[in-house]
Amino acid sequence: MTIRLNGKPVELEGIATVSALLAHYNLQQKILVVERNGEIVDRSAYERTPIMDGDKIEIVHFVGGG
Amino acid sequence: MLQIGPYKFRSRLLLGTGKFPDLETQSRAVEASEAEILTFAIRRLNIDNPDAPNFLEQLDLKKYTLLPNTAGAYTVDEAVRIARLAKASGLCDMIKVEVIGDQRTLLPDPFGTLEASRILVEEGFIVLAYTNDDPILAKRLQEVGVHAVMPGASPIGSGQGILNENNLRFIIEEATVPVIVDAGIGSPADAAKAMELGADGVLLNTAVALADDPVLMAEAMKLAVEAGRKGYLAGRIPKKRYASASSPAEGMIE
Repeated sequence: MTIRLNGKPVELEGIATVSALLAHYNLQQKILVVERNGEIVDRSAYERTPIMDGDKIEIVHFVGGG
Repeated sequence: MLQIGPYKFRSRLLLGTGKFPDLETQSRAVEASEAEILTFAIRRLNIDNPDAPNFLEQLDLKKYTLLPNTAGAYTVDEAVRIARLAKASGLCDMIKVEVIGDQRTLLPDPFGTLEASRILVEEGFIVLAYTNDDPILAKRLQEVGVHAVMPGASPIGSGQGILNENNLRFIIEEATVPVIVDAGIGSPADAAKAMELGADGVLLNTAVALADDPVLMAEAMKLAVEAGRKGYLAGRIPKKRYASASSPAEGMIE
């Protein structure tokens, strides 16, 4: 399947949930927020939130700013 | 104490975390500033390099209150979306609402700022609205319930200092929430001036981050904010046209 991750098309196989996606990129320990198709995914819902073909996923974090 | 919504702070200097030359200098500057509130931006994580050094991840989060901003937003929807993402981190419920109206000047869009602030107050955020130095707009923002108004001294990162003292004074005189002068501060004198005018706090970033010695400048800003605050509380003398001798006129030797 193909998803759009932070604006770029990405090919993924065997990734069924948000938590699997985060594990795939080794992001489990990061302070971040996930948005799926414009909806924020609560951290408690990572396990049960599916990743599906065509999804638009944004993964954001805090960076320096004024 | 500076009180913003339910939160109380000893320091009246709020520090931005952008543009520092490196994380080590930044850590030392933050410490020297004694700031308790630090601003951040929300951006995409670089998936290809997720372990790039990140200032927030080095920070003792028990010591600081995070003030994420909605920088980069040009519309109400963008600002609200960024604010919600920031809050979903579970790290903070304060938000610096920033809706920019023009790319070159980075001046706030007053209508977008007001509307985004209204929505976010309703959603339960502690809202600090970055705004033009317009007294009427500051009033409107307070009417929709913002917890602090943050008029710019001059354009973001310009270092021009306070361009309209008079407007700032009007905003401060009428304010029912803290007034934090945000953006455009170039030097400690500017920060002290803002505080002497009666501002409740100063938010700055570039003036420290891009100083030749950011750590020393952070300390200078801390002292300037304290000096300005004390000067305000102490009450300055009125300005007079002519001299008034400090030494007695009597008892002069002949």
